[in-house]
Amino acid sequence: MHGYIIDRRAASRSLRPNSERLNTDVAESYPDYAIFASYPRFRMQIKDTRSGYGLLSRLLHWLMAVAIFALFALGIWMVRLDYYSPYYKLAPDIHRSAGILLLILLVLRFAWRVTSEKPDDQELKPLERKAAHVVHWGFYPLLLALMISGYLISTPDGRPIDVFGWFSVPSIIQSKGLEDTAGKFHEILAYVTIALATVHAAAALKHHFVDRSSILTRMWSGPPNT
Amino acid sequence: MKSQVAPLALVAALLALAGPVKAADYTIDMKGAHASINFRIKHLGFSWVVGRFDTFTGQFSYDQTKPEASIVNVEIDVASVNSNHAERDKHLRSADFLDVAKFPKATFVSKSVAPDGDGKAKITGDLTLRGVTKPVTIEADYTGGGADPWGGQRQGFAGTTKVTLADFGFPDKLGPAAKDVELRLYVEGVQQ
Repeated sequence: MHGYIIDRRAASRSLRPNSERLNTDVAESYPDYAIFASYPRFRMQIKDTRSGYGLLSRLLHWLMAVAIFALFALGIWMVRLDYYSPYYKLAPDIHRSAGILLLILLVLRFAWRVTSEKPDDQELKPLERKAAHVVHWGFYPLLLALMISGYLISTPDGRPIDVFGWFSVPSIIQSKGLEDTAGKFHEILAYVTIALATVHAAAALKHHFVDRSSILTRMWSGPPNT
Repeated sequence: MKSQVAPLALVAALLALAGPVKAADYTIDMKGAHASINFRIKHLGFSWVVGRFDTFTGQFSYDQTKPEASIVNVEIDVASVNSNHAERDKHLRSADFLDVAKFPKATFVSKSVAPDGDGKAKITGDLTLRGVTKPVTIEADYTGGGADPWGGQRQGFAGTTKVTLADFGFPDKLGPAAKDVELRLYVEGVQQ
């Protein structure tokens, strides 16, 4: 066993994850209570800035994160349903409808991303920055292809997709057998998306817990005061 | 090998002795789409779902004076299943139903034809579906034939048969009301 030294300053530092970009004044004035500084304030600011994500980006990020995992689980579950299950029709209806809404959110988010300021990622190592770049920008084409392939499973016979009874998306391409190819792509792309999302989440957790960076908290709380 | 060659040679010799075959050979007219293989199956026991196989090929030989000597062969491209609903067709092609990746072809090879008179006949043969070969009997009906307006000879038939899905290894997915599927065939052959 190593010597067991109680170092209050070290301990308070270790209790201060990600505080540099948060309420540093509180953390420095009251090191023993610095744990509270790790609870970031929630910023209502809409736009993205160099220092962090605005409300719209954060809302879209978490909404889509939940929707992507939920749709994946729903998709896996619904294709195994028995014909006489009460969810046999309902589950795919929800999957298709939510998928179309997700596609709309994706387009909105892409438009917002390319027209907004990109929050700073200087704290990352060059390799990490490159990897983050690939993962972040990889999501857009991947999700787009995933949702288009899903749309093409349901529509090549000319049927529209009804979205929760609110509106319907018409069939554009009619081609016999296209549903099979689209189905294969949809399944593969779904697994690739979940793999990428897992890498993304693991990286975020690594930055948070290992690097003690504020990269994860700023996706929740938004840009700091300064 | 020799033991296999001998009977074959015997059959060939007998066929030669039988003299010129009177029956004419016909090819099922897929080019002009004057043939279709349709199926119908009960939905929940409430109504019928109708579908078809869009792609198949086939030949038959037919002699009006000797209908019992008729022979018919049909090969179906199972993936061409069409129930007018893309999502359902995708499901029908999957392992839950036709499993077309594993069993892309279905075939019917006639073994015997028993005329019932009045243009009707029972065609018994081997149906291979989902990799399972079982005898089935088609209730056939001669619907017409003769010279067509374009210089050819044609013969037309209709047929029905019933297939129990479980016999051909279909998993039970559709419930007690949909254990059997009815096949309805409409065929026009063009003489070769």
